[in-house]
Formats: sequence, structure tokens, C-alpha cells
Amino acid sequence: MSAFFIKRLGFSVITLFGVLTIVFFIVRVLPGDPALVILGDQASQVSIEALRERLGLNEPLFVQYLQFLGGVVVGDWGVSMVSGRPVVEEILKVLPATVELTVVSLILGAVIGIPLGVWSAVRRNELPDYIVRIASLLGLSLPAFVSAILLLLMFSITLRWFPVMSSGQGDTLLERARDLALPAINLGLIMAAYITRVARSAMLEVLNQDYVRTAHAKGLVFRVIVWRHCLRNALIPVVTVVGLYLGILIGNSVLTEIVFNRPGLGKLIVGALNQRDYTMLQGMMVIYTLIVVLVNLFTDLVYGLIDPRIQYS
Amino acid sequence: MTGHVQRGAYLRQTLRSMGAGLFSAFNTNKTSWIGLALFVFVVILAVGAPWIAPHDPIDQNILNRLKPPSADHWFGTDQFGRDILSRIIWGARISLVIGLLAITGALVIGSAIGVIAGYYGGVVDIIIMQIMDVLLAFPSLILGLIVVAMLGPSITNLAIAIALTAIPPFARIARAPTISVKQREYLSAGRALGYSDARLMLGHIVPNILPEILVMGSLWLATAIRVEASLAFIGLGVSPPTATWGGMIREGFENILDSFWLAFFPSMAILVVVFALNMLGDGLRDAIDPRLKDAG
Repeated sequence: MSAFFIKRLGFSVITLFGVLTIVFFIVRVLPGDPALVILGDQASQVSIEALRERLGLNEPLFVQYLQFLGGVVVGDWGVSMVSGRPVVEEILKVLPATVELTVVSLILGAVIGIPLGVWSAVRRNELPDYIVRIASLLGLSLPAFVSAILLLLMFSITLRWFPVMSSGQGDTLLERARDLALPAINLGLIMAAYITRVARSAMLEVLNQDYVRTAHAKGLVFRVIVWRHCLRNALIPVVTVVGLYLGILIGNSVLTEIVFNRPGLGKLIVGALNQRDYTMLQGMMVIYTLIVVLVNLFTDLVYGLIDPRIQYS
Repeated sequence: MTGHVQRGAYLRQTLRSMGAGLFSAFNTNKTSWIGLALFVFVVILAVGAPWIAPHDPIDQNILNRLKPPSADHWFGTDQFGRDILSRIIWGARISLVIGLLAITGALVIGSAIGVIAGYYGGVVDIIIMQIMDVLLAFPSLILGLIVVAMLGPSITNLAIAIALTAIPPFARIARAPTISVKQREYLSAGRALGYSDARLMLGHIVPNILPEILVMGSLWLATAIRVEASLAFIGLGVSPPTATWGGMIREGFENILDSFWLAFFPSMAILVVVFALNMLGDGLRDAIDPRLKDAG
């Protein structure tokens, strides 16, 4: 187990190193001189040159690369070209809102998706199964901004149950919940669609196992077999889904935050793109890929812990 | 000469059995037919846009702006008085062209990478798959955003951005069956006969893994169309006044409080195409290989 842990950790470090290298070069080939972007068209050549010197842009590329890697490790991700504040500070300011949205959506997705997947598998090729399968396929066909707009049209504009814009900074718990509700339902339903499908196929596999037949034979109630014996085993692939679909969840959270005008990483990255804030973009890519690599490492390890049968090679 | 004839016959037979396999797969899962029919309908609309669309998609008529759906404009008009239905029909072209370009590119490059990694194994495999893992660490929409911002929003650049995100999954899909096919006797026989690696890969491995890759292609085409629409919604689509579904929703979103049809109908168009492709690919995948069910 510890050998596996070290090996897996090693691969994550290599991946992270590769990711950081790509991020560094992507940002360097973006069009436009960062110094010119910060100072504007009217700036004199002298001040542009001075800023280039201060930002370290006159250093050889390799030196800049090493400085960048060192900076990432010690938490110095540079200064936003637009606001002038440290990138880490800006990201940390909005990160809780995005984490809150994605975690609540994941929980919602699991709470809806797992029982639906189990129900669908148990009633295989019957009406409930068909309905659940079509609904889940529909769920993963909807781009997050389309479902967000449909929810907005229905619950905020027609029924007026929820605010059209979600500030994400309500004072009371109730206000926060109201702000969070529609964005979380939007992301949660999409996640539920993915989780339902995985839970269904995992459950179908488990239902065919010998020990399930044995449980039947010794007269156990079907409900107990399903929920106590099968579900535990069927949950293993569901855990890995979180890692696999994290990229999709992140993309969808960006779109959801834009539609509901909710503060978070999504709005920050779109703003940085529009304003050509390169250091901010670099920081955003670092944080996104860091999250993906760490969550994948975590799910792999959890996978090993909850299923001791898994052999690591 | 005889070798050529035999090879031709072998290829014909492979293609025929693949065709028969695909047909029986369609019949095993009837929903694939529905998906295919819907998708073909959209393709016909896109190809026949100049004849089918009732109005010019970029012709502005300010007097006729923001009109709700009516007999003359089935899906209403936008803020410039342009006919929404015509813009949706023309927009289908952009979505399909970008999606098909991106997925064809990703399918060819990704599969080639996967087959090479699986075939050679060892260090080559480790290095290639590590690079794929690095690419997979970028959330697809974020990578798309950055690449389009970097290259500029043209049809080709959008296709490149989307293809980049789809290459690693194709490499993974192609690699696993390559490893198992590699160990079959007929490949050892081919090697003993002195066939080159390229010939073994192209002539004997690729036909074996092609059905799976094509099915994944239809599912990824759905994803590509969704990502293109998402990028256009964020403002990184093909530049206006060209009609794109994501761009139409972006414009319509500004008037959503009083003119819901602007964003609603293009949203439905995206939903229909993506749903059709998912239904098509999902049904075929279940039929071709039950083990692959719900993977990826």
C-alpha cells in the first residue's frame, strides 16, 4: 500500500510539473506585451521598459521559467495586472464561493443519482428504467448554461421563487441558501445524470454476483440485499466518477456562475480573459489543474482504502 | 499481385463484417435509430440551409425587432429583427463543421497515439500516457478558453482548441484494446512473416478497434458541439454576425426578462443535437460491447 502511495504521488508530481510547464509556455505565447497591456497605449517607451524590467520579462525565458516554478511552490503567483493585488489573494477571495457551489452540487448529485441508479438497475428493462435512462441522458446532453437559463426562466422569471442574480454573499443563512439554491440545483442535476448512469451499471454488475444469489437463497429480504449488500460494492466506481468528471464539473461551474452572475473562479477567469490579465490567467490555470491532480490522487487512494481487493501494480 | 488481391479481399471482408456488426448493433438498441434519425434531420437542415431557411440569417430589419413567435417568424425575431429560425438553421452548419473537424482530428491523432503507445509498450507507452495525463489535468472548457483566447476565434482555431481536449480520451480508448490485440496469434504470425510495424498496426490492429473508436466518436461529437456552444456563450465563438447557437443564446440572454424566445429556441436546438448524438452513441456502445457500458 505504501509503495503504491509513493508511486501514485510520484506520478502526480510529474503530472503537476508537466502541467505547470504547459501553463508557463501558454501564457508566454499569448498575444500582446503584458507591460503594454498594464500601462495602456499612451505609455512612454521608458515606462514600458521599466515595467518589463520590474516584472522580470527581460530575463532569459529559462530564468523566468525557474522563477515561475519557484513562485508556485512558495505561494507567490505574481500580481494581477489589472487590480495590482496578489493573484493568490484574489483567487482565495472567490474560491470559497466556488467550492461551496461544487460541494453542495456534488452532494445533491449523489443524493439524487445513487438511489435513481439503484432503482433503475433493480427494475431493469421496465418502465422506471427507461424513464431514468432517458432522463439521465437528457441531463448530460444539456450544456450547463442552457439548463441554467431554463431554470432561471422558470423559477426566477416566471414563478419568482428565487432571485434572478445570486450575489453569493447573503447575510443570513437563509439568504445564502436562496442564492445558492438554483445554481446548486443546476450543477447538481447534471452531476446526478452522470452519477445515475455509473451507479446503474455498477449495480447491474453487482446484482449478477454469486453472493447476491446466495443471499437470495438464504431468504434475505430483497431490499436488504440491495441496500446493504449490493450498494456498498456498487459505490466503489461511483467514487472514481468524482475524479473522472471533475473537469466537466469545473467547466459547468464556470458556465453556471456566469448565468447566475455569482462570484467565483468562473467569473474571475472570464474577467481575466477579457482584460488580458496574464498573471491572473496563469494563476487560474495553476489552481484548476492543482485541484484536478489532487482530487484524482485522493480518489485513487480512497478507492484503494474502500476496496482492499484492488491490487496495485 | 496475389498479395494485393488477398489484401483487398481481406479489407473488403473486414469492412463488410464491420458494417454488418454496426447494423445489428443498431437493431439491438432501437434508441440508436431515433438518435440517428434526429441527427440526420439536423444534417439535412444544415446542408440545405440556403434553401430551407425561410429568411436571410443576417438580414437586419429594425422595425421588426424582438417580435414573439408568429406565422411569419416561427421562432420570433432578435434585437436586430433577424429571423431566429433561419439563424438556428444556419447556425447548425457552424456547430456541425467545428464539431466534425475537431472530432475527426482528435480521433485520428488520439487513436494513432494510443495505438503506438499500446503497440510498443515500455518506455514509449509510459512517456506518451504521462503526456496524455498532463493534458487530461486541464478541464476541457478552461483549456478551450485559453487556446481560443490565444489563437483567436475562427472556425479552425475553435476546432483545434476542442480537438486538443479530446485527444487524450481517444488515446486511452485506442490503447487498451491494442494491448490485448497485440498478444493474439495472428499478430505474432504477421511479425514472423516480416510485416512492418506500420502494416501490422494499420492493417490488423486498427480494423479491430475501429468500431469502438467510431462509437466514441459520436459521443465526443456531442461533447464537441456542447463545448463549442459554451465557448460561444462565453464570447469566444465565431465572430458576429455569423449565426452560432451559443452566440445567439449569449445575445438572447441580455433580453431574457422580456423576450425569452431569443435564448430559448437556440437552447432547444443544442439540446436536440447533443441528445440525438448521445442516444446514437450510447445505444451503439451498449450493443457493440456491453463491458463498455457507461465507461468514460
